[in-house]
Amino acid sequence: MKFGVVVNEGPYTHQASDSAYQFTKAALAKGHEVTRVFFYHDGVNNGTRLTVPPQDDRNIQQRWTALQKEHGLDLVLCIAAAQRRGILDENEAKRQGKDADNVAEGFRISGLGQLIETGIQSDRLVTFGD
Amino acid sequence: MSILHTVNKSPFQKADLSSCLAHANAGDAVLLIEDGVYGAIAGTDAAKDIATADPSIYVLGGDLAARGIAGDKVADGITVIEYDGFVDLVTEHKAVNSWL
Amino acid sequence: MSDETIKKFLYMNRKAPYGTIYALEALEVVLIGAAFDQDVSLAFLDDGVFQLTEGQNTDGIGVKNFSPAFRALGDYDVNKLYVEKESLEARGLAESDLMELVWEDEDDDWAEKPSIKIVSRDELKAIMGDQDVIMSF
Repeated sequence: MKFGVVVNEGPYTHQASDSAYQFTKAALAKGHEVTRVFFYHDGVNNGTRLTVPPQDDRNIQQRWTALQKEHGLDLVLCIAAAQRRGILDENEAKRQGKDADNVAEGFRISGLGQLIETGIQSDRLVTFGD
Repeated sequence: MSILHTVNKSPFQKADLSSCLAHANAGDAVLLIEDGVYGAIAGTDAAKDIATADPSIYVLGGDLAARGIAGDKVADGITVIEYDGFVDLVTEHKAVNSWL
Repeated sequence: MSDETIKKFLYMNRKAPYGTIYALEALEVVLIGAAFDQDVSLAFLDDGVFQLTEGQNTDGIGVKNFSPAFRALGDYDVNKLYVEKESLEARGLAESDLMELVWEDEDDDWAEKPSIKIVSRDELKAIMGDQDVIMSF
C-alpha cells in the first residue's frame, strides 16, 4: 500500500516525530511505499540542520535524513509553516533577504498543496501530533 | 467501511479517549499510543469505558514498556501490538482518524 | 490541479482558536485544499466549535482575527461544515452564537444557503465513518 505520513510537532517536545519515524520504518520494512512524509505546524522544526542534541539519545533530525537517504523518501516541510517558524532553505533565505538558511539534508520545502496531494495519492494517511 | 482511531494522550489528562470512543462505530478499531497507553490500564474509569466500547481496542506495547506498564496491568479485551501490527491495522481499515 | 480521483476529505476541528495555532493552520489547509476539487467536509466537535463563534475581536490580545476567513469557504465550494450539537450544548452555545456562513448554490439559481449544518453525535459518527481521508491538527 501507499502510505502518507504527517508530522505535526517538532522534535523532542512531543513524541509525534518519534512515533512517525517508527511507523514509517515499520511500513517500509513490511514492503509498503511511503509516498511522502509531510511536516506541518511545529513539525517543520524537524528539518533544521542546526540541532545539537545530547549524544546519549537519539538524533531525531539525523534519523530522518538517514531514513530519507536509505529509502529515497520525500520529506517535505510546509513552506507557510516553515516561514512562520524560521526554517529556510537557501532559495527561501535569498528570496526573503535573510542572512542564513538552515534546512537539513534530505528535507525540501514545498507548499501545502503537497499535503492534499499526499492524501489523494496515498491509500492511507496517518497523522502524528499533539 | 471501518476507521482506525488513534489516541495519544492520557485519559486522566485529556478527554481525547472519551471523545474518540463516543464517535467510533462498531467495526472500527482504536489504537492507544504514546501517553494514550495509560488508557489501557485495568481497574480505572477509562477501562470501564473501554470495556463497554463498540470498537476493538489495541495498545502499542513499546509505549507501555517505556512507561513501565507491565502486560499484566493491561485491561482485559485490549490487544497489545507493536509497530508492525500498527501498520497492519492501518491497512485493514479504510482511513485513520488521529484524535489530537 | 487534480486528476480524476475524488476522495472524501474530512478535516477534524477539535481545538479552540487563538490558544494554539491549530485552528488557523487547519483553515489554511482547507483553503489551499479547495483548489483540488475533492469532496470536502469539516467537522467541528469538542472545543473546535469555539472556532465558529460570532463576534471574535482580537484587539485586546494583539493577534490577527482569522475568523473572517471562514466566510471565504463558501466561494471555494467548501460548504459542508458539520457542527456537533452535543459539543455546542456542553459548552453553553447555540447555533445563534455561531457565525452565519453561507454559500451560493449555482444549481438553485444561486440561492444563498447555510454552510453550517448542526448535526447530532450519531449523525457525525456516520459522516466520519464515510470518509476516505481524515486530516487532524
